Amino acid sequence: MNFEFSADQMQLKDIARKFLEKEESVKRARNVLEGEASYDEDLWSQIIEMGFTATAIPEEYGGLGLGYLELCVIAEELGRSLAPTPFSSSVYLASEAIINFGDESQKESFLPGLASGEKIGAFAHSETNTSPTEANINCTFSGGTLSGTKIAVADGDVANTFIVTANNGSGVSLYLVDGTADGIQIEPQTTLDPSRSHASITFSNTPATELKSEWSDVLSLLDRAAVLFSFEQLGGAEACMDMAKEYAMGRYAFGRSIASFQAIKHKLADMFIAVELARSNCYYGAWALSTDAPELPTAAATCRVSASQAFHECSKENIQTHGGMGFTWEFDCHLYYRRCRQLAANIGSQSIWKDKLIGSLERANQI
Amino acid sequence: MDFNDTPEEAKFRKEAYEWLASNAELKEGPKDSWRASSEEEGLNQVKVWQKKLHEGGWACLHWPKTYGGRESTPIERVIWGQEVSKFKVPGGYLEIGQGMAGPVMMMYATEEQKERYLPPLATGEEIWCQLFSEPAAGSDVAGIKTKAELDGDTWTINGQKVWTSGAHFSDYGILVTRSDPSAPKHKGLTFFFVDMKSPGIEVKPIKQISGGANFNEVYFTDVKIPDSQRLGAVGDGWKVSLTTLMNERLAVGDASGPDFEEAFSLARGQDLNGKLAIENDSVREKLADWYCQQSGLKYAKYRNISALSRGETPGPQSSITKIVSGNKLQEIANFGLDMLDSAGILRTDEEGAEQSMYQYGFYGAAGIRIAGGTDEILKNIISEQVLGMPQDMRADKGLPFNEIPTGNK
Repeated sequence: MNFEFSADQMQLKDIARKFLEKEESVKRARNVLEGEASYDEDLWSQIIEMGFTATAIPEEYGGLGLGYLELCVIAEELGRSLAPTPFSSSVYLASEAIINFGDESQKESFLPGLASGEKIGAFAHSETNTSPTEANINCTFSGGTLSGTKIAVADGDVANTFIVTANNGSGVSLYLVDGTADGIQIEPQTTLDPSRSHASITFSNTPATELKSEWSDVLSLLDRAAVLFSFEQLGGAEACMDMAKEYAMGRYAFGRSIASFQAIKHKLADMFIAVELARSNCYYGAWALSTDAPELPTAAATCRVSASQAFHECSKENIQTHGGMGFTWEFDCHLYYRRCRQLAANIGSQSIWKDKLIGSLERANQI
Repeated sequence: MDFNDTPEEAKFRKEAYEWLASNAELKEGPKDSWRASSEEEGLNQVKVWQKKLHEGGWACLHWPKTYGGRESTPIERVIWGQEVSKFKVPGGYLEIGQGMAGPVMMMYATEEQKERYLPPLATGEEIWCQLFSEPAAGSDVAGIKTKAELDGDTWTINGQKVWTSGAHFSDYGILVTRSDPSAPKHKGLTFFFVDMKSPGIEVKPIKQISGGANFNEVYFTDVKIPDSQRLGAVGDGWKVSLTTLMNERLAVGDASGPDFEEAFSLARGQDLNGKLAIENDSVREKLADWYCQQSGLKYAKYRNISALSRGETPGPQSSITKIVSGNKLQEIANFGLDMLDSAGILRTDEEGAEQSMYQYGFYGAAGIRIAGGTDEILKNIISEQVLGMPQDMRADKGLPFNEIPTGNK
């Protein structure tokens, strides 16, 4: 049995981690949070130079043609360091949509740009404050154009390539929109995590092409992305556990390190348990994604639920371990707390993924 | 990443399966398992099966061949475990002897003693128990009081042990005692092995919340032990105990009882408020949580196996197994009974009834969360040994043992 990342993949992970540490990615996340920019352009261009955006894009379309396991280890480090870039939108969602459902000409027109970072992609899906379903998507496609409004589109204000869900009269499909097309109105939206920009986008008779897909493909795109998002959540969760431990070791109260109190030790042990469960489930997701296993829907939902839980547990208890200092703007705890919420919301809520998980198990075990 | 065996592993797996197939019966389904009608019957069947294992060269896999083992690698033990779980074979009774007494004997007994005592452990002829816990020394097991006094080359033992699994059918026991009450707690202990038929040993069963009695109180009244049966130096008993405590945590492992599959299948067939339970959102949410926990433990185990397969030491992920599975079992058992609504309170003794599986889980989980290290002790171990956090401050540190405040109320 070889249920581990290879030495090469672990080396790539190490390279990514050191690079993001050296570039002070967490500090850059704070700068984006406090400043006017939607993302850190300098960090983004370095990420592109490192080839991370090209990781899983096939070589014939300008990518590196590495596997998804490589992308998973990069995702974990981006999550650990809160990298304030449009990576997840562009790589896990937009690039994946085109790789999986694009025709030859769509792939040729878009993938090289997404690989080289010249294009930034975003996934425009939600329309209201309920989870999107095939029945409630009101954005429409007819006669080669899209119309309708999407909200809370991560990186919507910086993207120049959009993957949009819309109803064509017979069902919901994925559509591809070039950001230079007419009839696109973008309004930045303020969020709980300003280190990652969001926008509402209104399409008015905007020219678009269909990615050969139906509703089940929308769900499958989300499954694939869920594995990668889970790795970001895992990285974030582990970072919070490490921060909490570090702080507890150095903080003294009642004449002793607070890390010697069982109330704190057990809190850290609970974080460790959540992180280990999430890591093991993430590996399951990585295996399913990288081998295109039929279990992918189950594996994706499992790692998504598990990693969301771990990040939630660790980011909130990290603040708690820090006491009052954890509640200050000055300390980094809140950056993780915000990002935890952003990642938890990005591709659908915990309840939806739990429901999907049980649904996929029901389908896999038909009586 | 793949789940495949290396060629050597595949060869070992095939050999194990073939031997099992010609010596045991395949399970008819995942729920099919060996069950004995009584403890005596179970013990007999286990002994017969263990003898067969030994003759076939499959006993105590990692032990030296001289003592009846096979000198297998850790990954081979894992593969054997996977293959044997496909068959309906007797189990239990021998874990403490083979898993805890064996390793400590191997480390501390004389060559002559090893040759005398280890082979009968491998063949299943002799059963051992572990005499550690006392009424006032549970999680704080170093707080034991059972007195050992040396006169010439004979020790006299007086005191009481508790929670001793299988003491009533054991031939030998490993025993930790206090030989110097004026030394600090961890310093004054001495370790022995003892013949359970020695005069002065009295075994009384403890009735558990399930009504069963798997473990005992063991009283020692002027029990004589020759100094040659001391394991480790006088006063080094704590160090010797740690060898077995480490092995105990590995041995207790996964909680057995209804798991996700059982709860899932129950929910798919059970009516709840006019609909199938599986259609209820709160039921789905709980099931999803348990699935994620079960899956996390499963793949943590795969990560361990991968490390073993590469000849590496497994990471700390196995330390979470008992905490997660014990709590999950307790919740699933409660859920299973809850699904029966008011009737969930009714006791059934019907063999194999679904309800009784949840009832045993209801009782059993409460014990699993305590046995072999409570949830709380295990969390201390994770935070101290895995995360490197400091020990809690101890009120008894450095004090002579006989000046430490005690109380058991």
